[in-house]
Amino acid sequence: MIEFFREVADWFADPTHWTGNRGLPNLMAAHIGLTVVSLAAAAILALPLAVYLGHKRRGGALAVSMVNIGRALPSFGVMGVVFPITLAFSVTATPLGYWATFVAMVLLAMPPMFVNAYTGIRDVDASLVEAARGMGLTERQVLTAVELPLALPLVMAGIRTAAVAVVATVTLSAWLGYGSLGTYVFIGFAQRDQVTVFVGGLTVAVLAVITELGLGGLERLVDPLRVIRRRHRRLPE
Amino acid sequence: MTIDWAWIGDHLGDIWQATREHFLYTVIAVSFGLLISFALALVALRWPRTYGPITWVTGVLYTIPSIALFTFLVPVFGLTSILTAQVALVSYTLLILIRNIVAGIRGVPDHVVEASRGMGMTERRIFLDVQLPLAMPAIIAGIRVAAVTTVGLVTLTVIIGAGGYGLFILRGIGRRFLTEALVGTVAAVLMAVVIDRALVALERAATPWARRRRPA
Repeated sequence: MIEFFREVADWFADPTHWTGNRGLPNLMAAHIGLTVVSLAAAAILALPLAVYLGHKRRGGALAVSMVNIGRALPSFGVMGVVFPITLAFSVTATPLGYWATFVAMVLLAMPPMFVNAYTGIRDVDASLVEAARGMGLTERQVLTAVELPLALPLVMAGIRTAAVAVVATVTLSAWLGYGSLGTYVFIGFAQRDQVTVFVGGLTVAVLAVITELGLGGLERLVDPLRVIRRRHRRLPE
Repeated sequence: MTIDWAWIGDHLGDIWQATREHFLYTVIAVSFGLLISFALALVALRWPRTYGPITWVTGVLYTIPSIALFTFLVPVFGLTSILTAQVALVSYTLLILIRNIVAGIRGVPDHVVEASRGMGMTERRIFLDVQLPLAMPAIIAGIRVAAVTTVGLVTLTVIIGAGGYGLFILRGIGRRFLTEALVGTVAAVLMAVVIDRALVALERAATPWARRRRPA
């Protein structure tokens, strides 16, 4: 076991693993790049609709079916289905496997983003919204000054859940030929090389934990009500 | 890009075989997950201070990406071992199940427990005959989430050499053959839906008092 970890350490110490196409910086950049693009696309598709429906307090059935579909639809399967289809469109100048992974990641990220934003906005205390309207705020102001700030922690939690899931799952792009950290797992299995497999898993796990903790920190930082919330927590029971 | 129905017709035997494997992997993982979760939930209920650490550890296990977890277990169990897949699958069910079991038992109203105690029931009887049945909807809700998630994760076990529907997906990708990948994906979604519906039916059967009585 100790011998194994020494080999892993040696892998990281080897300078040839830090340069070139299959070097760690390159694959890490590709992995993060595809993650960010997919998350941005999912946010553009999911969040405005979620905020609108939450504000109108309609569309609960849509939210429920989003959760169910998100859970039951395997990303690997989506990639497998989209991959041959993208190959039929030979116009794609992007590398093999990019778009199929992209589509699967957007579908993976949308449900948690949508559901958290939707429930966050919808469940804002109705009396607060009423009070805001009574004070003469326009619908737009009710949304931007009352509902969105109060719902922000949940909106951010949805983005964080989606981001961690996508960082973890982009790994599968390697099986379609698009380089990501999964490439190490893919190559390692093909060559029966446990050290390379482990390196792939380790880098993905570290990236997932950084994403989780980093977005958690960001969540607290951008929360406009954090001072109030903190004070509230300190009140004696 | 059309579906090759003839291929599906020719491979019904393979599909049935994959269905059995996929279902077996799912059932084994959820059963062991339930067993371990139940034990840990009992610990957390008996000694409430342990609940924090238990959910923290299972939370960390839950955050580790499934593919990463597969690779971590490879040096322990080998490259293509059923154990590698199963340990990873089981570890994913724990957080969901423990949370639901503990929340379900704690959610039983105090006055109900008090009344049972007042009727002279022992603590053991109260747990088995009152708290557990009343917590059943929450527990089964947890099993539904765990089972549906596991069905999806089992498609990934193919990358460490296991079978199931993932084999169709992986081969569909390799041969760039839409039909095969589609069969694996649709079958996995169907299995998730069927298991989910079956658990809903089980919940109805387990909680006869929750059924609305028809007016006489």
